[in-house]
Amino acid sequence: MNGLLATLEPLLFIFISPLLAGWIKWIKCRLQNRRPPSLLQPYRDLAKLFRKTPVVASHASWIFEATPYILFASMLLAVAIIPSIAVHLPTASIADVIALVGFLALGRFFLILAGLDIGTAFGGMGSSREATIATLAEPAMLMGVFTLAMSANTTNLAIAIDYVLDSGLVLRPSFVFALAGMVMVAIAETGRVPIDNPATHLELTMIHEAMILEYSGRHLALIEWAGQIRLMLFGVLIANLFFPWGIAETLTPDALTKGLAAMLAKLMELGMLLATAEMMLAKMRIFRVQDYLGFAYLLSLLGMLSHVILEVG
Amino acid sequence: MNDLIHHPLEEQAILFIAALVIFSSFLMLAQKRLASLVNVFAWQGLLLALATALSAHTQQSPHLYFSAGLNLTLKAMLIPWMLSRLIVKLDMHREIEILLYPSITLTAAASLVLFSYYVVLPIEHLSTLATRNAIAVSLGVILLGMLLMVTRRQAIAHVVGFMAIENGLFFAAVSATSGMPMVVEMGIAFDVLVAAIIFGVFFFHISSSIDSLDVDRLNRLSENES
Repeated sequence: MNGLLATLEPLLFIFISPLLAGWIKWIKCRLQNRRPPSLLQPYRDLAKLFRKTPVVASHASWIFEATPYILFASMLLAVAIIPSIAVHLPTASIADVIALVGFLALGRFFLILAGLDIGTAFGGMGSSREATIATLAEPAMLMGVFTLAMSANTTNLAIAIDYVLDSGLVLRPSFVFALAGMVMVAIAETGRVPIDNPATHLELTMIHEAMILEYSGRHLALIEWAGQIRLMLFGVLIANLFFPWGIAETLTPDALTKGLAAMLAKLMELGMLLATAEMMLAKMRIFRVQDYLGFAYLLSLLGMLSHVILEVG
Repeated sequence: MNDLIHHPLEEQAILFIAALVIFSSFLMLAQKRLASLVNVFAWQGLLLALATALSAHTQQSPHLYFSAGLNLTLKAMLIPWMLSRLIVKLDMHREIEILLYPSITLTAAASLVLFSYYVVLPIEHLSTLATRNAIAVSLGVILLGMLLMVTRRQAIAHVVGFMAIENGLFFAAVSATSGMPMVVEMGIAFDVLVAAIIFGVFFFHISSSIDSLDVDRLNRLSENES
C-alpha cells in the first residue's frame, strides 16, 4: 500500500504540472483581455513534441543527448521527496531538503553544460547567465530552508511540516522573512517575469530559452516538462512548508482526497497570485538581478537572525 | 526552552514588529533616494508606535499609550513631513545618491546585528519582561543608524540616521523596562523635535554657502583647493 502510494503520488504530481502552467497562462490571458488557450494546451504541445524526431547537431557530444533525461530524472527524484498530498510518504524520509537543493542543482548543471556543448553563441550566453543566477539564488534558498530547519530542529521536510502543523498559528517573524526570501528565489529559479520571461524568444533578454535553443522533438518535450515540474515543485514546497493546513496526515483514502483537494486549491491560488504579479511587473535588466537576489538573501538572513534573536532564549 | 509558542499572541506580535523594525533599518541602508529614505523612516516610527501601544496593553502600563501617541505624531508624521518638505525645498527629491559598496554595507549591517545580539545576551537575563529579546534588536537599530551616518554623504541622510538612533533608544526603553519616566521621555521627544528644526535651518546655511549638502565638501578649508 505504502509503496503503491509512493509511486502514484510523484506520477500524479508530474502529470498535473502541465495543467498548472496552462492555468497560469489562462489567468494571464484573461487579465490581458486576450482569449486564453485551452487549459489542456500544454499537454497537446508536449504530445506534439514527443511525436517529432529530434534533430541533433553533428558536433553534439553525449552530454547534449543525455541532458534531457538527466534533467527529467532529477526532477522526478526531487518530486518524490516533497510531501505534496500526504506528509508521511515513505520516500519523504529518504532524503532531506539539502538533497532536494542538490537534485535541482544537478539538473541545472547538466542544462548549463548542454547549453555550452553545441558551441553556439546563444547557448553559451544563456549558460553563463543561468550559472550567475544559480550561484546567487542557491545560498538564499539554503538560508531560507535553514531558518525553517532551525525552528523545527530537522532538515527533513515531512518532520518540519509536522512541526508547523503541531504548533498551530504562531506569529513567527523568521517564517515571514524566510517565506518572502523563498518566493523571490522561486521566481528567479523558475525563470518567471522579473528575472526571465518564459514567453519570449528575444535574443538579448532570454536566459533559459537561450540554453535550450538547439533542442527539438522529444528532448525539447522533456526539458519543457521538467520546467513545468520545477514550477509546480516550488509552488508545492512553499505552500506546504508555510501553509501546510489541509495536507493528509494519515494515509486513509478520505484524508488523501482532502489532501489532493487542498493542494490543488493552494496551487490555483498561487498561480493566480503569480499571474497577477507578472502582469504588474516589468522584466528587470540582467545586471539588476544580483541586487534582486542579494535582497532575497538578506531576507533569508534576517529570518535566521530574527529566529536566533527573538524566538529562542 | 522558552519558545515563541508559549507567549500570548500580543507578545508574539510585539516580537514580530521588532523584526519588522530591524528590517526597516536594513531598508534604510539600501535606499538610494532621499525621499524614500524618509518614507522608510516614517514607517519605522509607525511600527515603533504600534509596538509601544501593544506593550502598554500587555504590561498594563497606560502611560505607554501616551509615549506611543507622542512617537506616532513626532516620528511617524511631523519629522518625516518636515524632512520631506526640506528635500522638496532644497530641490533634492530627484537626486539619486550612489551608494558605495551596497552589498558590503548590508553584510556589515548583518554582522552588526549579530554583534549586538552577543553584547546584549548577559543583559537580557536581568529583565523579566517577555519582550526582553527585543533589546538586541534595539541595539541593532542604534548601530545601523550609526552605520547609515557613516556610509552616507548627504547631510539629510545623516539626520535620518541620527533619528533612527533615537528610535533604537526609545525601543530599548520600551522593551527592556516599561518605558522611561514621563518627564524624561517628553524631554527627549522635544529635544528631537528642536534638533530637527535646527538641522533644517543649518541645511539652508550649508547649501547656500557651499551649494551642496555633501558633507565630504565640508572637509575642505578653502574654495581654491580642489
